[in-house]
Amino acid sequence: MFRSGLNNAVLRSVTQRSLLMSSRGAGLAPAHRYLAARFITDRAKAMIDDTISQNDLVVFMKGTPDEPMCGFSRAVIQVLQMHGVDEIAGVNCLQDPEIREGIKEYTDWPTIPQVYVKGEFIGGCDVMVQMHQSGELHELLVKEGILKADAETEVTDKEQ
Amino acid sequence: MSMHSKPSPGPLEQLIRKNIADTFKPTVLLIENESYKHRHHAAMRDVDSTETHFRVTVVSEMFSGQSRIQRQRLIYSLLKAEMAMEGGIHALTLVTKTPEEYDIVPVVPKPDIS
Repeated sequence: MFRSGLNNAVLRSVTQRSLLMSSRGAGLAPAHRYLAARFITDRAKAMIDDTISQNDLVVFMKGTPDEPMCGFSRAVIQVLQMHGVDEIAGVNCLQDPEIREGIKEYTDWPTIPQVYVKGEFIGGCDVMVQMHQSGELHELLVKEGILKADAETEVTDKEQ
Repeated sequence: MSMHSKPSPGPLEQLIRKNIADTFKPTVLLIENESYKHRHHAAMRDVDSTETHFRVTVVSEMFSGQSRIQRQRLIYSLLKAEMAMEGGIHALTLVTKTPEEYDIVPVVPKPDIS
């Protein structure tokens, strides 16, 4: 009940804002801009399906775990490494425009990086950092068998 | 201490503020334009906009019972067109709390994104 009410509010607000947008005269009408980023290809969907089913943990990111090309992707890799995840599977979205756009639609999440564990979307940079701070990330990594429960996971956070 | 006058919020920032305020009736709404931190990044090379990266803190009762992902999705869907359009919002750093949660953890350390 509550949620659908909120979604309606969001939808209404999107409509209102679309009117605002078009009055700004920013080139294409908003509807066209949506469409440009809307369609995931069959190839991209199959590749994403395979990737998240074949890797217990995978990060769709800009750059590679060894060489992240974006601060948000780097932050996610650093958080995982801090927890003792040594081998991180990374998909470099900069190498493949279809994946780069496709993953946004696949997950219904407009930004990269995106972290999947055991086929389930866990979150982007903010969620990972917040789960790290609350201790939920360690719990999740242990529960899903990414980390062993008794593993040495010295979690240090210099900001605390 | 010299006082630097803050640049007034740009049209996108005003739009973000209005949409979030109207929809979530937040008790706290903080918006920081962090675009200057990212303007040298490869992805920003051909972008003129000074409104690409924002840190947004929203405290609203409407988040209660919702997961972090659900909360962020609500905000993303509210700003869908601005994020999809060329030269629009490139990234949002989102802190979404209920008033109770915000009282417990008032300060969220910033991730190192240098």
